[in-house]
Amino acid sequence: MSANTVLDPTSERSVAERALLERPTSLDGKVVGLLDISKPRGNVFLDRVEEGLRSRGAADVLRFAKPTYTKPAPVDLRHEIATKCDLIIEALAD
Amino acid sequence: MSTERPPLPDGLVAIVKRDCPTCVLVEPVLQALGGGGLHVYSQDDPTFPADLHASDDTDLTVSYHWDIETVPTLLRIVDGEEAERIVGWSREEWETFTGVEHLGPDLPDWRPGCGSLSVDPTRADELRARFSASGLRSRRIDFADLEDEFEAMYDRGWSDGLPVIPPTEARVARMLEGTDRAADDVVTIVPPDLVECTVEKVAVNAVMAGCLPEYLPVVLTALEAACTSEFNMHGLLATTFFSGPIVVVNGPIRKRIGMNDGVNALGQGNRANATIGRALQLVVRNVGGGKPGGVDRATMGSPGKLGWCFPEQEEGSPLTPLSVSRGVDAGVDAVTLFAGQGPQAIIDQKSRTAESLARTFAACLRSVAHPKLCIKIDAMLVISPEHGRVLADDGWDRARLEGRLAELLTLDSDELIAGADGITEGLPEGFAGMELPKFRDGGLLICHAGGGAGLFSAIIGGWVNGEEGSDPVTREIA
Repeated sequence: MSANTVLDPTSERSVAERALLERPTSLDGKVVGLLDISKPRGNVFLDRVEEGLRSRGAADVLRFAKPTYTKPAPVDLRHEIATKCDLIIEALAD
Repeated sequence: MSTERPPLPDGLVAIVKRDCPTCVLVEPVLQALGGGGLHVYSQDDPTFPADLHASDDTDLTVSYHWDIETVPTLLRIVDGEEAERIVGWSREEWETFTGVEHLGPDLPDWRPGCGSLSVDPTRADELRARFSASGLRSRRIDFADLEDEFEAMYDRGWSDGLPVIPPTEARVARMLEGTDRAADDVVTIVPPDLVECTVEKVAVNAVMAGCLPEYLPVVLTALEAACTSEFNMHGLLATTFFSGPIVVVNGPIRKRIGMNDGVNALGQGNRANATIGRALQLVVRNVGGGKPGGVDRATMGSPGKLGWCFPEQEEGSPLTPLSVSRGVDAGVDAVTLFAGQGPQAIIDQKSRTAESLARTFAACLRSVAHPKLCIKIDAMLVISPEHGRVLADDGWDRARLEGRLAELLTLDSDELIAGADGITEGLPEGFAGMELPKFRDGGLLICHAGGGAGLFSAIIGGWVNGEEGSDPVTREIA
């Protein structure tokens, strides 16, 4: 048990994660994260997506990768993405 | 993970650690008994005692489950159960216990043992979490390593605005040591979402509030009292009025858990006073879902809604304790829940007779809610020790004071009707021409608390009472 694991004090009627943010209407000035789920050649596809995002006004595109596509992203990675990005595209490629 | 007690072999079993000088001292005795089938478990080093092939209990599974408090402990196991045990070293005891003579002839006759690692304060919480907390059912929530856990709890809306302590498994398991009740026992249904609330959820919120385990029985009883239909926690939460639940504690538990009934008794600075009431409010917020701006619609609210709990100062009081006046036997621990606003000061530094002081109390009490409103709102009067002494000097007790206040607070209704005194607020015309009590029967709760200096007392105005509001509830602490 990590010291960073706590017991939910609520009635557990809502999901533990926070609600989704509103969808942005434009990419202008936004930092976009691309999360590669680590399937083969996903990076090739994501390179083209990155080009497209940059040409459509994204201020920056940051690349992230899950250690394995079979498991959820580690909580530390999710936190890093949330800290650094305005929006994230979870990119599945196969 | 298993919380099953691991079996021990029949016969003699010794639990030792190398770090214990007494265990080291008796090493030759253990070796002598080894030939006779003694089985040794080592808490810190399985190569100790030498040549005995001790079983490895460095994870303390055996020591924890067999309640080992001292090393060395010598157990006699019969059919898998403990028949008897001795601790430390005493040649006479060991010889009797083992039936072997001339044990350790060069050793001193007696040496005390050392503390078992399984009860070491630095290990006990972790062990309790490992072995007993696996029964905890609350959803686990992981924070990222780089996430500040205090900020994370704010972000999730779990806080009343002040920091909360992270409710880790170890802390919640330790909190649950404060009660004999099972973690999954349902305490009550908490409004406004009408959620079944278990002892475990109360413990989680009590940890967050900053409670110690010994406060938990008070929190549990306060919550049960708050969630009765008479007390009406739902309405109290939802009202636009100022009031929140106030917990008054009576009985020996006040002293046992270190509550403050003296200087600044209604204020900050004492852990038990501050956290018991807060734990109750955090349960309403987190389990019940009652949050300001949500179901809590208070126009202004009150700082007391962070949580307000204080004990009555029973010692030296001219009054029988509040709990006793409300039907609980003297000396029995109890809480009284009152739907109250903030404290309003009464200054009377000149009265030296009970009659004069009672008139002051009555004059000030008349203003509760509005001088022209009566019966529908209760009040609490907290009498300070110096005012209490004025009453005591004239031989007044609770009955005498309550009786006199009832007389003094019997009002001419002509002064109360709408329009009287140039004020539109007031009673309908139909109430003219009669006498009305300011407070309904039982609607004035009197108790005694505060520091020894100050000829002040306090009024805590209530909320609307009866069916549409809240009635005070007193409960014995289980």
